[in-house]
Amino acid sequence: MTRTLGASTPTVVEHLDRDLLDRRELAAMVARDIPPGSYVNLGIGQPTMVADYLDPAAGVVLHTENGMLGMGGAAVGDAIDADLTNAGKIPVTETPGASYFHHADSFAMMRGGHLDVCVLGAFQVSQRGDLANWHTGAPDAIPAVGGAMDLAIGAKRVFVMMTLFAKDGTAKLVPQCTYPLTGLRCVSRVYTEHAIFDVDGDGDGRVRVLETFGVSVASLAERMDVELH
Amino acid sequence: MSRTTVCTDAAEAVVGIEDGATVLVGGFGMAGMPTTLIDALITQGASELTIVSNNAGNGDTGLAALLAAGRVSKVICSFPRQADSYVFDALYRAGEVALEVVPQGNLAERIRAAGAGIGAFFCPTGVGTPLAEGKETRTIDGRDYVLEYPIHGDVALIGAHVADRAGNLLYRKTARNFGPVMAAAAALTIAEVSCVVDAGDIDPEIVVTPGIFVDRVLELPSISTEPVEVAS
Repeated sequence: MTRTLGASTPTVVEHLDRDLLDRRELAAMVARDIPPGSYVNLGIGQPTMVADYLDPAAGVVLHTENGMLGMGGAAVGDAIDADLTNAGKIPVTETPGASYFHHADSFAMMRGGHLDVCVLGAFQVSQRGDLANWHTGAPDAIPAVGGAMDLAIGAKRVFVMMTLFAKDGTAKLVPQCTYPLTGLRCVSRVYTEHAIFDVDGDGDGRVRVLETFGVSVASLAERMDVELH
Repeated sequence: MSRTTVCTDAAEAVVGIEDGATVLVGGFGMAGMPTTLIDALITQGASELTIVSNNAGNGDTGLAALLAAGRVSKVICSFPRQADSYVFDALYRAGEVALEVVPQGNLAERIRAAGAGIGAFFCPTGVGTPLAEGKETRTIDGRDYVLEYPIHGDVALIGAHVADRAGNLLYRKTARNFGPVMAAAAALTIAEVSCVVDAGDIDPEIVVTPGIFVDRVLELPSISTEPVEVAS
């Protein structure tokens, strides 16, 4: 059963007769929402999977912060070149129209607002769009930020992919982040296996549910401390 | 006569690097990492170094070998913690090396600013995060920025692809990364390259790092692809 709630826009679509999204379906959902022709940075880890679901005809150009636009898929066999890697240091390939540039130019693209979308993982996102994804804050953890803070504040739209609930069952979309912050009010949309949310859509700090998968909005609301609209 | 010296061996390329120097080291992971120059620096013996690089060493070679040799007192980098950064991890946990973590774009821009003569700059990255604590901030046109200072090197060690005898450099693919900004930001810039050609053999239109930023060039020995003769 698919149920559409709310007379006003945006309406919520509840996909109830199905399971939660798996990781591949989640990646496909993110890919679906990237406009054709966008310049996009996909973060290390799960966001990298989004590339597998982009329509080649849509002309999406992938940026990697270590100095390349027009990044292709992972390199295999003879195509592996130690001088051509992505931000995760995985060997990749180049596509026609690719370009290389140095690090300051690469982050100027980001910070200067030239990238349309970046997709990142997260430990927590707050209802007003604060992002925590670089440091658990554990006293024995070696801090390592990489390009996360630059990406968070640079791209025109920041999509987060994460599980909605931590291993201890607490929600990761929260009224206020308790982990060390990566950026303030930078996240636009959160993709989880349970639902897709817009955060701080109109700068009002409110969370709007766009779609749910295998659960109802009401059942999610019971497990979360943020108010769902 | 070019002011850039083409060195015949690695030891000559690293002459004069002093104890306590700040050394900018190119590379992103191993791509663009000047491992031959780093090995020569280990032999040369300079210690108490501050290393500025994106990472804090991978495996046992390059920057990791310099760290393992006990020559580094501080690392300024964006991403020290990796699956194979065990050399740094152990030294850091033992309190033998200090760490300053800098967002990657701020690292690049602070190095760029040093080479470009910029005294400091206001940057939106890191606002409201632990990495901006204690730093001066300013609101400009309604947006908040953090004041960031340049990172000057006494020395830059970079990896490039081709040099000409005037010191002009070309890079290869994503091995370019920090090379161009580091070359400009150090008092002494040393590049290891796969190939040195005569001045005039690189099209001036495609030069990436102009020779004014490059003091010494080291040509790496070419790796022979000839089949080895085996007596029968």
